[in-house]
Amino acid sequence: MYVAVKGGEKAISAAHAWLDETRRGDTALPELSVAQIEQQMALAVDRVMAEGSCHDRFLAALAIKQAKGDLIEAAFLLRAYRTTLPRFGASAPLETSRMRLRRRISATYKDLPGGQVLGPTFDYTHRLLDFALAAEGRDAPATPEAPTDMTDVPRVTEILAREGLMQREALSESEPGDLTREPLSFPASRPVRLQNLARGDEGFLLALGYSTQRGYGNAHPFVGEIRVGHIGVEITPPELGFAIDIGDIGITECQMVNQFKGSRTEPAQFTRGYGLVFGHGERRAMSMALVDRGLRARELGEEADAPAQQEEFVLYHSDNIEATGFVEHLKLPHYVDFQSELENLRTIRRAAEAELREAAE
Amino acid sequence: MTHLSPGFADPVLDAQASFRAVLEAMSRPGRIQRIEARITPPAPLCTAAAAALLSLADSDTPLWLDAGDTVAEWLRFHCGAPIMPEIGAARFALACGAAPSLAALDVGTDEDPQLGATLILQVAGLIAGDGWRLTGPGIQHEHRLHVLGAPADFTAAWARNQALFPRGIDVLLCAGDSIAALPRSVTIAEA
Amino acid sequence: MTEAGYNFAYLDEATKRMIRRAILKAVAIPGHQIPFGAREMPLPYGWGTGGIQVTASILGPNDVLKVIDQGADDTTNAVSIRRFFTRVAGIATTEVTGEASIIQTRHRIPEKPLTENQILVYQVPQPEPLFRLEPHRAETRRLHALADYGLMHVRLYEDIARLGHIAKAYDYPVMVNERYLMSPSPIPAFDNPKMHQMAALQLFGAGREKRIYAVPPYTPVRSLDFEDHPFRPIRAPHACAICGSTTSYLDELVTDDAGGRAFICSDTDYCQERQQAPKAAAE
Repeated sequence: MYVAVKGGEKAISAAHAWLDETRRGDTALPELSVAQIEQQMALAVDRVMAEGSCHDRFLAALAIKQAKGDLIEAAFLLRAYRTTLPRFGASAPLETSRMRLRRRISATYKDLPGGQVLGPTFDYTHRLLDFALAAEGRDAPATPEAPTDMTDVPRVTEILAREGLMQREALSESEPGDLTREPLSFPASRPVRLQNLARGDEGFLLALGYSTQRGYGNAHPFVGEIRVGHIGVEITPPELGFAIDIGDIGITECQMVNQFKGSRTEPAQFTRGYGLVFGHGERRAMSMALVDRGLRARELGEEADAPAQQEEFVLYHSDNIEATGFVEHLKLPHYVDFQSELENLRTIRRAAEAELREAAE
Repeated sequence: MTHLSPGFADPVLDAQASFRAVLEAMSRPGRIQRIEARITPPAPLCTAAAAALLSLADSDTPLWLDAGDTVAEWLRFHCGAPIMPEIGAARFALACGAAPSLAALDVGTDEDPQLGATLILQVAGLIAGDGWRLTGPGIQHEHRLHVLGAPADFTAAWARNQALFPRGIDVLLCAGDSIAALPRSVTIAEA
Repeated sequence: MTEAGYNFAYLDEATKRMIRRAILKAVAIPGHQIPFGAREMPLPYGWGTGGIQVTASILGPNDVLKVIDQGADDTTNAVSIRRFFTRVAGIATTEVTGEASIIQTRHRIPEKPLTENQILVYQVPQPEPLFRLEPHRAETRRLHALADYGLMHVRLYEDIARLGHIAKAYDYPVMVNERYLMSPSPIPAFDNPKMHQMAALQLFGAGREKRIYAVPPYTPVRSLDFEDHPFRPIRAPHACAICGSTTSYLDELVTDDAGGRAFICSDTDYCQERQQAPKAAAE
């Protein structure tokens, strides 16, 4: 007779050995190096750093290699590593007007201090498969780099704020909440919401942001500015008492300018949706800014019935590590609960059939 | 700074063993557990209270105490717990002298009753078999606990604490290396 | 030997302290869900990270750990979790229920009654018993604070009105110490009565949902029901094809494509022990 399979341990080991083999693929082809992934799959590395919530290009590239290019799996690997690292403290706020910019564009002003800097972008490329890329060994021509003279490029939102047309954000010296140490609670503070979105799933943020443009939420966004580049991170160790630079990170910042009709206490002005993510991630930063503005609906006294405006819904479902774990856990055996459903269903049907027979007699 | 005696000999395994003793005490109210951690806290702190604090308190848990500067310094150093002048702001309160009023401690809220504080009360001795009659979750029929040096009117104050349930405070009674717990769910009757 | 570069039982000490504090409050407030700062674990959310964090926080070198999934020690995820603890804590493991000091489980309570010297750790996917009726956690928190469980009673009563009996077969809601409505995790309703007045401490960990709760030993746990529709645990009305048990919970096996079925104990250790018992008696 049939007996439930024993030997789970052996099966698991064999499955993992097979995984290793398929990861390597055809051994006639050279193996990908982590450095190659870091250099040539740079945007995948950036996404994994953002969703993995850990700024380390090498580790992100390693995770992508280990995950066979499954970026959510790679982000999960990075998160699980990150969680074992000691926490030293909170950095000083980043002054993004001092970023070393590679790209900076504004959709609201034709020209402005610091100028429009197109930088390395897919924008305006014609999406034709480039078969020349299929031929290996071709080096890209060197691009001439214009010297940047601006060390301090004012933010568009600041230009508006000086005119009184952009709502200023309240300054705070207090250390923001950290959802990697404290569970979410509601209503969530804006720093916690932004932290959640910054590491949220790009597809989820994109879809939600998109929905606000289509009428689910009252959004009238303009891209005030997107800036991409590098910036130094500073911390102040209590034993030193002064700030020290601990290194550079790559970031993308997006500030969306949104209409606000004003209220009894506040004159009409623009409000901002804010996005800031690790690496070069314009789609992510823009989506984040749209959703951030959506989540501010209640505080601004607007109606808040669209999906992107519902704080609990957005924050509890944005994390793809949590989401993929729970969706995929359905693969685990559920014999026991399924069996209880089976017996339940059979009982109900037996009772119903008995009733039918009685009625017929 | 005066010389500080060391904390746990093995910070990982002593903390684990101490926690398990506290967990067992909390799960079976009034049953006396032994804490076996190798530790020599400064007087008047007893082994059980010291081990409970080292295994549970840290920079995230404000602490109130009445045990004097040496103990405060020792706990600040080994736990990193911020010391609070107001007992109402503490997550852990350590009473080695006269017991504070239970009503002075934070009892949490109906939505977050877990914010209710834990009072670590050093007493003269714990004896099983006679004394208070305890009933409630964790107790099959009845546990008896005789607390030497229990604060006067404690059972009346406890009844008021219990009436707040699910809000309330939880108490760890410590004497030497012995520990017994009174979670807020337990009912105490005088012998 | 434990894994180099990691603390005993994987979690750092600050995380363990945070979880230990949550566990103690959970025991003091039976059935109340305590929010905790669940960490990312090297196993996926939904695969037992809550149970793993609870186990890692209570586990010591003298413990003997048993891990079951669907009642069985050899199901893949149970094997994986057992391996994880052997690797990061170097502790002894067992498949024998009576030998374990800590039992981590998914979806079952062992058939053999547990003792005062054991702790049962449940993996919980969804700690909120009201989640299908009220998805907003801010609202369910309020309902728990008020002990307002009308929603659940209405839902169960609607089942009776429509179907003649309560249609919940697993994750069947319970009242703990007559105060908190609690999810027993997706154990079959058959197992619910075992929770009542259990000698062992029961701890529940939900990693993704970041909640810990507990049932202390010897605590009343009542499956919700109505006077005219009392709670009835259901099992398949068959005997185990291996050990012959007519009282244990059974897994159903499809033996052919012509309607053939066989039923065997879901609790593999219980079944094993019963198989050996007649032999031992004969010797």
